[in-house]
Amino acid sequence: MSHVVSPIREHLVDGGKSYHDVTHDICKQVEGAPTKEWKIAFGVSCVIFAYGAYCLFWTWWEGIGVWGLNKTVGWAWDITNFVWWVGIGHAGTLISAVLLLFRQKWRTSINRSAEAMTIFAVLCAASFILAHMGRPWLFYWALPLPNTFGSLWVNFNSPLVWDVFAISTYLSVSLVFWYIGLVPDLATIRDRAQTKASKFWYGLFSLGWTGSAKTWARYEYVSLILAGISTPLVLSVHTIVSMDFATSVIPGWHTTIFPPYFVAGAIFSGFAMVQTLLLITRVVFKLEDYITIEHIEMMNIIVTVTGSIVGIAYLTEFFIAWYSGVEYESYCFINRATGPYWWAYWMMMTCNVISPQLFWFKSIRTNLLVSFFLSIVVNVGMWFERFVIIVSSLHRDYLPSSWAMFSPTMYDMGDYIFSFGLFFTLFFLFAKFLPVVNMAEVKAVMKGVSSNYPHKKSHGGGKAKTTTH
Amino acid sequence: MENTTKRYWRGIEELTNDADFVKNIHNEFGSKPSENDYKGESLVDGTSTHRRDFLKVLGFGVAAVSLAACEAPVKNTIPYLNKPEDVEPTIASWYASTFTDGGDYASVLVKTREGRPIKLEVNPSSSLTKGLSARVHASVLSLYDNEKLKGAQVSGKASDWASADKAIIAELGRIAAQGGQIRIVSNTILSPTTKKVIADFITKYPTTKHVTYDANSASGLIQANGGVLPSFDFSKAKTIVSIGADFLGTWLGSDDYAAQWAKGRRVSSAKGGNKEMSRHYQFETIMSMTGGNADYRSAYKPSQEGLVVTSLYNAVAHKLGAAPVSAPSVKIDHLDKAAADLVASKGAALVVSGSNDPEVQKVVVAINALLGSYGVTIDLAASTNYRQGNDAEMASFISEAKAGQIAGVIFYNANPVYNHPLGAELAEALPKVALSISTNDRADETGSLCKYNTPDSHYLESWNDAEPKKGYYSLTQPTISTIFKTRQTQSSLLVWAGLNGDYASYLESNWKTNLLKGGKLAWSNALHDGVFEPAGIASSSAVPAVDLADASAKIAAAYKPSDKLELAIYEKVIMGTGSQANNPWLQECPEPISKACWDNYATVSLATAKKLNFEGEVELDTQEVEVSVNGKSVKLPLLIQPGQANDTIAIAIGYGRTAAGKSANGVGVNAYPFITKVNNTLAFFNTGDVQIKLTGKDRKLARTQTHNTVMAREAVVQETVLAEYQKNVLAGRFRPEITTAEGKKSAMDISIWNGHKYNNHAWGMVIDLNTCTGCSSCIVSCSAENNVAVVGRQEVVNRREMHWMRIDRYYSSDASVDDLKGLEHASENPEVVFQPMMCQHCNNAPCETVCPVLATTHSSEGLNQMTYNRCIGTRYCANNCPYKVRRFNWFRYYQTDDYDFHFNNDLGRMVINPDVTVRSRGVMEKCSMCVQRIQAGKLEAKKEKRRPGPNEIQTACSQSCPTNAITFGDMNDPSSEISKLLEVEREGRAFGVIEEINIKPNVSYLVKIRNKEKEAKKEEAKVEHKEHA
Repeated sequence: MSHVVSPIREHLVDGGKSYHDVTHDICKQVEGAPTKEWKIAFGVSCVIFAYGAYCLFWTWWEGIGVWGLNKTVGWAWDITNFVWWVGIGHAGTLISAVLLLFRQKWRTSINRSAEAMTIFAVLCAASFILAHMGRPWLFYWALPLPNTFGSLWVNFNSPLVWDVFAISTYLSVSLVFWYIGLVPDLATIRDRAQTKASKFWYGLFSLGWTGSAKTWARYEYVSLILAGISTPLVLSVHTIVSMDFATSVIPGWHTTIFPPYFVAGAIFSGFAMVQTLLLITRVVFKLEDYITIEHIEMMNIIVTVTGSIVGIAYLTEFFIAWYSGVEYESYCFINRATGPYWWAYWMMMTCNVISPQLFWFKSIRTNLLVSFFLSIVVNVGMWFERFVIIVSSLHRDYLPSSWAMFSPTMYDMGDYIFSFGLFFTLFFLFAKFLPVVNMAEVKAVMKGVSSNYPHKKSHGGGKAKTTTH
Repeated sequence: MENTTKRYWRGIEELTNDADFVKNIHNEFGSKPSENDYKGESLVDGTSTHRRDFLKVLGFGVAAVSLAACEAPVKNTIPYLNKPEDVEPTIASWYASTFTDGGDYASVLVKTREGRPIKLEVNPSSSLTKGLSARVHASVLSLYDNEKLKGAQVSGKASDWASADKAIIAELGRIAAQGGQIRIVSNTILSPTTKKVIADFITKYPTTKHVTYDANSASGLIQANGGVLPSFDFSKAKTIVSIGADFLGTWLGSDDYAAQWAKGRRVSSAKGGNKEMSRHYQFETIMSMTGGNADYRSAYKPSQEGLVVTSLYNAVAHKLGAAPVSAPSVKIDHLDKAAADLVASKGAALVVSGSNDPEVQKVVVAINALLGSYGVTIDLAASTNYRQGNDAEMASFISEAKAGQIAGVIFYNANPVYNHPLGAELAEALPKVALSISTNDRADETGSLCKYNTPDSHYLESWNDAEPKKGYYSLTQPTISTIFKTRQTQSSLLVWAGLNGDYASYLESNWKTNLLKGGKLAWSNALHDGVFEPAGIASSSAVPAVDLADASAKIAAAYKPSDKLELAIYEKVIMGTGSQANNPWLQECPEPISKACWDNYATVSLATAKKLNFEGEVELDTQEVEVSVNGKSVKLPLLIQPGQANDTIAIAIGYGRTAAGKSANGVGVNAYPFITKVNNTLAFFNTGDVQIKLTGKDRKLARTQTHNTVMAREAVVQETVLAEYQKNVLAGRFRPEITTAEGKKSAMDISIWNGHKYNNHAWGMVIDLNTCTGCSSCIVSCSAENNVAVVGRQEVVNRREMHWMRIDRYYSSDASVDDLKGLEHASENPEVVFQPMMCQHCNNAPCETVCPVLATTHSSEGLNQMTYNRCIGTRYCANNCPYKVRRFNWFRYYQTDDYDFHFNNDLGRMVINPDVTVRSRGVMEKCSMCVQRIQAGKLEAKKEKRRPGPNEIQTACSQSCPTNAITFGDMNDPSSEISKLLEVEREGRAFGVIEEINIKPNVSYLVKIRNKEKEAKKEEAKVEHKEHA
């Protein structure tokens, strides 16, 4: 052979769909009356949200003393939740931006909901930034705003200020990227709209989309540019979040490995969360043909890769703690594994390092139920990772006289529940009123209508290479 | 065109040539509206309006409505009609006065602001008081206790003083006419003039007897010393042996001894500096604060106490060739070594005992006599008055009351129903007493049973005097007029005796005629100085006569060692006898050894706890135990106390108040009823049928520190033994080095920071671990100075106490440095170290870099400053503080019902220092090195156009330290004490805690030195550790 020919790829969309089928399948969720499943799911989310909102209100009204924090452990669930949600958000950006740049076409059916998840996750994270403040009504003091207080400025040395920039940039870029991607699909819905109200609203938000070649070209350019802007954010946001810890003097925090370790962990937990959501969505909205086993398997592979990176990071931390000869550092890590919070540590190790290794078996990584279960396990593990880093480092630092334990109160839990309520309420609203799959991009990766013929279907499923095209 | 002569008139006025019109014809726009147009009344005057005022009215109206909508809090500032001579707003006035609480004494300076006493300091004119204890500092808050009686009461109902007096005088007259017995029951009275008033009262009612008792009686000590309480001088002793005397904490209620002890413990790394220390042995049942400071310490059971003393006598006598006494000997660690050291330092030795048994004290007298201590370390001539109680007299009073032989009783600031072991019997007997009067400041356990409550004024509202030591007098003067309708008891007694009730003049004339032999100014000088110390009494080497054979026989009969459980009853350093139990500062101040507050508890050794099947360590969670002694039982939490004698339980007195107020009632249990009698005096132990069992109920202890050991972290606590220090002043120092391209360098010499330049002042602090006794007076002093919030029991359990200053207490561990689990456990009889810890004001402060809003910054004088107004409460600074000294306001701790302490009522808030902000919820706070005092000192100097003097500015902690362990000052001023100290100790004992992380703290600590022999095992472990590092 004189030239390299790529193998025939498996179909990214199953079921022999036509373009019209795609439009119909996706739009019917938006256009039809809410299904029973949606109503139940949304109702439950609203109840959770309401309970969480009560807890959060009480936290703000009384002061954060309602949490279980103390003079030694000044951060616990609040920052754990913050880092956890920010980490989860990373998958959306990675899928839509990095995979776009790498021309990974399989991303098209999942990028929309992954991006939505990013935005909602970042909002949840932001709610903890506000909630953890002693005086949240003064949050704007952390912004470098011109003011009448004199020459008062923020402290550019503080990683918390970097955090403010990182998170706000991340939220705004993600929001724009997500919205731009929505425009052609909104126009599709507008065009199909039956009622005046939906015609108006979808018309308003589709920004006068005409569908001309020029419009499409501009759309492609903008998508590429935004993908270019978003890509560094995938790395920078969690790097900066990790610096909250890495720039401190606390044993267990003061670690140079944190930036790559946090980014890997973020992608790890983000993919797990996308996995969880997609597995639910594809069932609830009957999108099995769009979100295929192929997708699930690809995601699981990424989870295994990032999980292994995280596992190596854990081991590296231990090695460095011993190798440094710093007694506080060594004690911190021994204490993590054998001290009073040993259970959190081993929870983290089991969930994050051991469980993703099961995906080496194809039967496991293509099994929907196991994938669903493990995606949740990974997110539990990643929550514990942040808890271990924050609480087990703080609770026994330099002076043994200050050593203390942290135990959560109902408000620690309630405020965490709030973020779930917020997340799922927003997610179900999104799923009902916006197209959960990017119709325009899915159509672009579909074979021609000719691929509908049943005999062509035999290509799917195997890895057989062929030189024909 | 036709010539037109047609004219147009502008109006009828022109046609008629109206005079007004003609006048204004040149004016294009007609006449301006004049004031007269609307009858001279504009908006300004009030009645009518005009369209041109529309905007004015609108603007005013909107402004008025919106202003009225803002409800401004009404705060009345009422100026003085006639300003008192010495009250300047914002300027503090200081008055010399005297604190007395029973026999507890301190000569104080009272700081008043706008007429309110807010802080107490040591009176430098006094030669007795060298520092104030936690209780003295806290007493200023007791002044503002709004649960005190607000006036006289008759049968529980408010009454005016005149009718109460009338009724009391009538009853007293009736009793006197019938020859009925009257008793005045009081604790120790230090005031000679008060005693004179009582004598006057007795003259009027001759059937009156004055009965004195003390809750923490020293009756036995007084009996053994021929009826007087000798004065002791620990500074002159080379060997100190204490058998159960907590002389640094509670013994005889005086801080003098701590200061004297510290004098003998202070060493200097300077060439030719003092490198000798006294050696301190402590034998005791509980782990006391004094025991924690001892060089050698061993435990005995209460039933051995007498025999420990006789054994020591025999050991000393054997070496000095004197005849031994016959008593069973007991084997106690270090006892022979102590005897050898005592004999070696004969003539400069001191043996003290905390026992209240006169027979035991007689043997102690004999030991001291053998060692030639009288006239050197013990002086009978310059006797002290701290304890005058007579246990036997009090016991006979109670039996007389029970027998109905008492017709009238006046409880003069005494609460025997609560703090006497026979309190319950007295409570039953009181209704039989026809006339019962209590002068206690509240309707407490005793007062509430009395018919008349005639509350005494607080000492800060009173005139009084005191003679704590023979020939040393001091005066108490009021610094505020009485807050409630209270009256000094001296006045009451005078009134009831039919005399002039003006005690102030009585006091003045008594001093003028009997004490002050000087000129006209003598009285005002004495009042100004607060003390009057005429030429001292010549010291005497007289030894009280004791019948040693009789004493040892009685000891042998009374003390029979057994394997049974025994109960020890002790006094806590902070709470004392419980007289100030309703003081939230004291309740929240952790006990130096147990680090627990807001409770008393049953302490046992680990071995004894294991016998109980109690598993695990006590951090915050513990279990309830039921302790029963001869049928009486109490339920209280268990605390494992390393160093306590096995098979003993210890419970502190001062708790279990039932009628003291919100902060005290129901806190802990009352241990007074367990006190027994041995050899006719109260014994602070019980060897009866003592039982303990777990009730199965979980309890929480409010402890500010739960981890007991220092985990072999040499960068935190550095210590050595005296012999090593004498060889090398750097002994015990941990000086980590880092290998660089240019060879090894000290970890503190490498930095990527440029450092701060301090061109003016550079404030710093040096803390001597060798002389810090852990007494915690600095904690209360700091709380008073800096308006530190009291957060209550639950918040301490939540690990959220707000103290800016804390004292870390570490026990030693037997485990090797690599055994991290083992290191968590204290030794059975651990060495103890106290380490005061507050903001270290780091020069490379980790908190400063992480605050997002620059709320914590570095000052040009080396202070780490906290700007409360700017803080948004991220708590990042607290997390990043390696010392964990930052405190967060989790809630609003003032004016919130959940924190019903002094910040929650108008009266309690009077104690707030107006120079220090009360922090709101959501902000961080921490030690400021009393920046308000620094500013005040600088301003004072500026006004006088000079530099602040070298030691002029003092922080609250450094000023109140009884042992001078804390030195504060300007490190840029070479003549300051701190500069001189650092100059000699920088290449000696001075170290910064965890300085290897290079945060460059401005607080230095001086290595702790124990005067004991080196232990081979420990050194080995240390060497091994160094190699490992």
